[in-house]
Parts: sequence; C-alpha cells; structure tokens
Amino acid sequence: MSGPRTTGSIRQRLLVLLLLGAAVIAVLLYLVVQSVARQIAQESQDNILAASAISILDSTRVKGGELSIDLPYSALSMLGSVTDERAFYAIRLNDGFLSGYEDLPVSGDYGGAATAFRSATYLGEDIRIASTRRSFSTDEGQALLEISVAQTLAGMNRTLARITRISLLVGFGFFVLSALMALFIARSTIRPLHRLTESVSRRGPSDLRPVAAPVPSEMAPLVLSLNKLMARLQYSLTRSEDFIAEAAHRVRTPLAILRTQAEITLRRVEKPENRQAVREMIRAIDESSRTAGQLLDHAMVTFRTDSLSREDVALHALVQDTVDRLGPLSELKEVSIETARLDEAVVPGDAILLQNALHNLLDNAIKYASRNCRVTVSLARSPSQATITVSDTGPGFPDGGSVKLLDRFARGDNAGSVVGSGLGLTIVKEIVLAHGGEMELKNNEEGGACVVLSFPLA
Amino acid sequence: MRYLLIEDNETLARAVVDRLVLDGHVVDHAEDLATAADYTATTDYDLILLDIMLPDGDGRTFLAQRRSAKSRTPVIVLTARSEVSDRVGLLDLGADDYMVKPIDFSELEARCRAVLRRRGGEARNVISFGDLEFDSLAGTLKIDGSETSLRTRELRLFEIFINAPNQLFSKSKLVDRLFSYDEEASENAIEVYVGRLRRRLEGSNVSITTVRGLGYKLEQR
Repeated sequence: MSGPRTTGSIRQRLLVLLLLGAAVIAVLLYLVVQSVARQIAQESQDNILAASAISILDSTRVKGGELSIDLPYSALSMLGSVTDERAFYAIRLNDGFLSGYEDLPVSGDYGGAATAFRSATYLGEDIRIASTRRSFSTDEGQALLEISVAQTLAGMNRTLARITRISLLVGFGFFVLSALMALFIARSTIRPLHRLTESVSRRGPSDLRPVAAPVPSEMAPLVLSLNKLMARLQYSLTRSEDFIAEAAHRVRTPLAILRTQAEITLRRVEKPENRQAVREMIRAIDESSRTAGQLLDHAMVTFRTDSLSREDVALHALVQDTVDRLGPLSELKEVSIETARLDEAVVPGDAILLQNALHNLLDNAIKYASRNCRVTVSLARSPSQATITVSDTGPGFPDGGSVKLLDRFARGDNAGSVVGSGLGLTIVKEIVLAHGGEMELKNNEEGGACVVLSFPLA
Repeated sequence: MRYLLIEDNETLARAVVDRLVLDGHVVDHAEDLATAADYTATTDYDLILLDIMLPDGDGRTFLAQRRSAKSRTPVIVLTARSEVSDRVGLLDLGADDYMVKPIDFSELEARCRAVLRRRGGEARNVISFGDLEFDSLAGTLKIDGSETSLRTRELRLFEIFINAPNQLFSKSKLVDRLFSYDEEASENAIEVYVGRLRRRLEGSNVSITTVRGLGYKLEQR
C-alpha cells in the first residue's frame, strides 16, 4: 500500500517557523547587546577622558592676571596606568598651541555641550579625544583655554571585541535554548496526533470500536469522522462475513444435490464407459466443492489472522479432538490414525485457526497416504515451544518436501488422481506463521511424509 | 436403524433417504423443524441428521432444545457452512458430529456408524442369517455362537451382503459402495475383499457365491 500524498509535516513546519523566529530574535539580541555594550563602553571611556580634561581645567588658576596651569599627575595617570594605553594631551589658548602634543587633532563640535568628543587617528593609532574649554579673565582680556585629552583605543577595541564575543555567545546560547524549546513544543503539539495514530494502527482490522481516548478539541472533528468511517467499515465487514457464509451455502448446496444425483445415476448406469464418465463427474464435483470450501476457509483464515485472538489454547485437547473427529474418515480409507506422545501444552492463539490447520494437515495425510498406512500425530513440549509432528508411512513428499508445496494452488507430483485444491498446506502455513510458529516439511528416514509445526509457548 | 432426516432441500433429502434405505435403514424425512418436532414426539429414532438453515428456523435451536430436554438421540449436523467456528459451536451445542455439504455418502455412512458405536450399547442392530449373527455397530460376526471381528472394508462389504441376502451385486456396484470417489479403486480390489470374507465365513452354512460374469451374492447353503 502506498502512503497518502503529503504536504510536508506539521512538526517540521512548526519547527522551521519556531527556529526561524528564534534565529531572528537571536540576531536582534546580538545586535542590541552589542550596540548597548559598545555605547556603555564608549560612554565610560568618554567620561574618564572628560573627567581628566576637566580636572586639568579645574587646576588652572588665574594668578595675578596670568593663567597658571598645574598639570595634575592624576589627570593623565588615570588614563595610562590601568591599561597600557597611551595618553596625550594638548592645551590650546585662543586657538593657539600652549602645551602638550601640538599636532593632536583639534576638538570636535561642542554642539552646546561642555565637552566635545571625537575619534581620530594620531600617530598611526586610533584615538578618542575629549575636549573641554573655559574662559578666563586675564590681563590680556578674555582667554579661551581649551584642554584636549586623548587616549589610544587598543584596550577599548579589545573590550569591544570581548563584548562582541560575549554578545555572540549570548545570541547563540539563546538560539540553542530556543531550538530545544521549539523541538519540545513541536513534539508535544504533535503528540496527541501520534497517540491517535498509534491507537488506531495498533488495532487489528476487526477492532472497529470508536476511538474513546480524549483528544484536543482541534482533532475532535477528525476523530469523529474516523469513528464514522469505522462504523461503516464494521458494517461492511459484517456483511462480507455473512456473504462468505451465504456464498458457501449457495455454492455448495447445488453441488451437494448434483453429487447426490450423480451417485444415484451411477447406480442405474451399466455401461462401463458411462460409469466412468459419471465417476469423473463426481470427482469434478468433489474437487470444485473442496476448492470452494478451502477458498472460503482461506478467506476466513486471512480474516482471522489479521486480527489474531490470543486466548490460551490447550493443544493436547485440540489434537485429540481433531484426531477423534477424523477417525471415521481414516477408517473409510483404511488408514489408521493414532496419537503417540501427547504432552500437555497451552499456547496463546486462535483455537479455531489452530484446529483448522491441524485438520487440514491430517486430512492431507489421510488423503495422500496409501491404503493400510499409519498416520501418527504427536505433541511434544519443550521449555520454549510446543511441537506437533504428523508423520505417515505413505510414499512421502516428492523432492523430500520442497517449499513449493506451500505455495497457493501448488500440488505435489504424487497428487495424481487425489482430489485436492492445493490450498491445504498454504492455509496451514499461514496459520502457523500468524502464530509466530514454524512449519517444516520433510520425509522420514524410513520413508513417509513428516510435517512439523512448532509454536512458541506464551 | 431408524433415522430422521431434517432437510428442506427436497432433491438432496430424497437422495440421502434413497441412499440410507439402500443400506437397510428406515428413514423419515421432515422438511422443517415443526414437522421434525411432531416426528420426534411420537417416534424414537436411533440417529437424527439435521440441516442448519431451515425454513422455519435455525437447526441449532432445535439441537439446543433437544439437549436441554435431555434427549440422548445422537445428532449429526449437515451444514453448507464451511466456517470452522460454526463447526466448533455445533459440537458445543451437543451435536455428535457434523458434515459439510456436499455429502460424501460413504463418509456419511462411516460417521453414522462411528456415532452410533460411540453412543454404544442400547442401539443394537443385530441381523441373523443362517447360522450367522451380525452386529454391524460392534463389527462382530458370530458363526454358530463363536465370535470373530471384521475390520473396516470387510465389515462394510459384509454389511452390504447381509442387508440383502440372495441379492446379486455386480463388482462395479460394490466398488461404488465401498470406495469413495477420490480413491482409485479397481474391481480387483473387490475380489480381494470377497476372498477375505470367504475365509472368515469358513465353517458357516452361509457363503458368498460367484455368479460368473455378473457378480456376487450371499447365500445359505
């Protein structure tokens, strides 16, 4: 049976969507963390630079009408001591260079603030410059003193790199965590569906009770339709069972009449060639009737093995009953049928099927065994399995019991004139396999056919 | 032996009756359960042959009623159904045996005999002829009081002869009666069995004589 057409899996779709969402959030998270951290790092560096510049500015006095700048040691040491950053400064008065590094780039745009910041390149290194200015009244009039303090960015860049790394890790960690959660969510969302699938697929075809287990409300319509479908299936299965029984009746009753009439005719007919014709008629009727019977048996076996019941079956009683029932038939054929060893053995299975298998097997043995031979049935029990052996003292299987005989409608070369459909051993095999057992055909050393059926115990 | 056949199909019923009468039995035929109930109320039967699907009900109901009324008359069910579950159910209901249609008459005979033998004892069916006493159920033959037992085909062949003494049976008719149709049986086989029966009958005043070119008959000397 080919699977139904699918339009992708819900679970996969859910998973992909959730993962995609998680990825977007993770990237955003990374960017936000990165930029916030950068900003904070930048701000704290700027603050230090500003503080340093302001402390220089604060130490500037107007003494006797002259500017006196006492460069405080701490102002620059706070810049260079912690890391091995290099620090620069420049003091400019009225846009004229006063002290420090003369070619330090000038300050950026103050834009109304007390301190101006800018990034620049100086002596081949990235630097950050903070500038602040103040007007002083001196003898020469208003003097605008501007202090610029700069610091290289090597440490800062290292910090930023670390921040990048950490925010990458945070983003990735978030993604992994979300992925795990997505997996879990997808699975738990699908679980009721799986449970339903399992509870339906575990059933045999004859178990057509409605699904009773609670399901999420979204699945209720599906379960409702499923239950309706099963009710319909149940109905048509019941009908087909009835049909099989009815067909058996309809086919075999006319055959029964036909056969009886033929037999009565045979009594009245004297000419040998006519007698031969009537005999052949009877044989043909027997054959069609037997085939019809076995086809129906086969249908029944297929039906029952699909939904094999597993009740405890007392094999010893079953063997004895079957042998007893075949007694008159074997007597008729002058074949003696006896049970040798009969251990007590109980196997789980379908009693009707097991009896059908044994009946077919013994019927076969009686049919193909020649006159005056003996059919022996034994049931042996080992710790793990029960073994039924049927052996006869007849001609044995052709080819020493080839597997071909187990095929549908296959008949042995020695079947000759014996009436049979070739379904008997197939039915036996299917029943044995359905019970998890094995079937072996062989010939006894002293001649005669031997069939061994073994069934696992419990 | 007195048989009751409950079967609604007239053609089949007639054939079964014909065949059983041929074997020397008395057979009543009921077409439905109501008629059958009338018959069983007035007559004791040795064996009942019962169809399952009848116009006025299910044969199994009839069977169950008889069993609950403690009737011990053996019942063989004739069914067209081949489902084995039916068969098992039948035996549970108290059927002594069952046969699936179409019926092989030799098998039916064999089953009737087996059932009657199993029920044993009360239903004696002893036929006397000359100094012979023959019990077809037990399969015993007494010649002038001393007992010998017959087996399978010998028994059935002798039954045919003693049910109609002095009647001529052709070899081919004996083949029809003695062998089922899925067996290859030759008329030579009949000669073998007749030979064996003759040895059994040594010392008796009854013998099987050959009518050249026609067949055999059982005669008192």
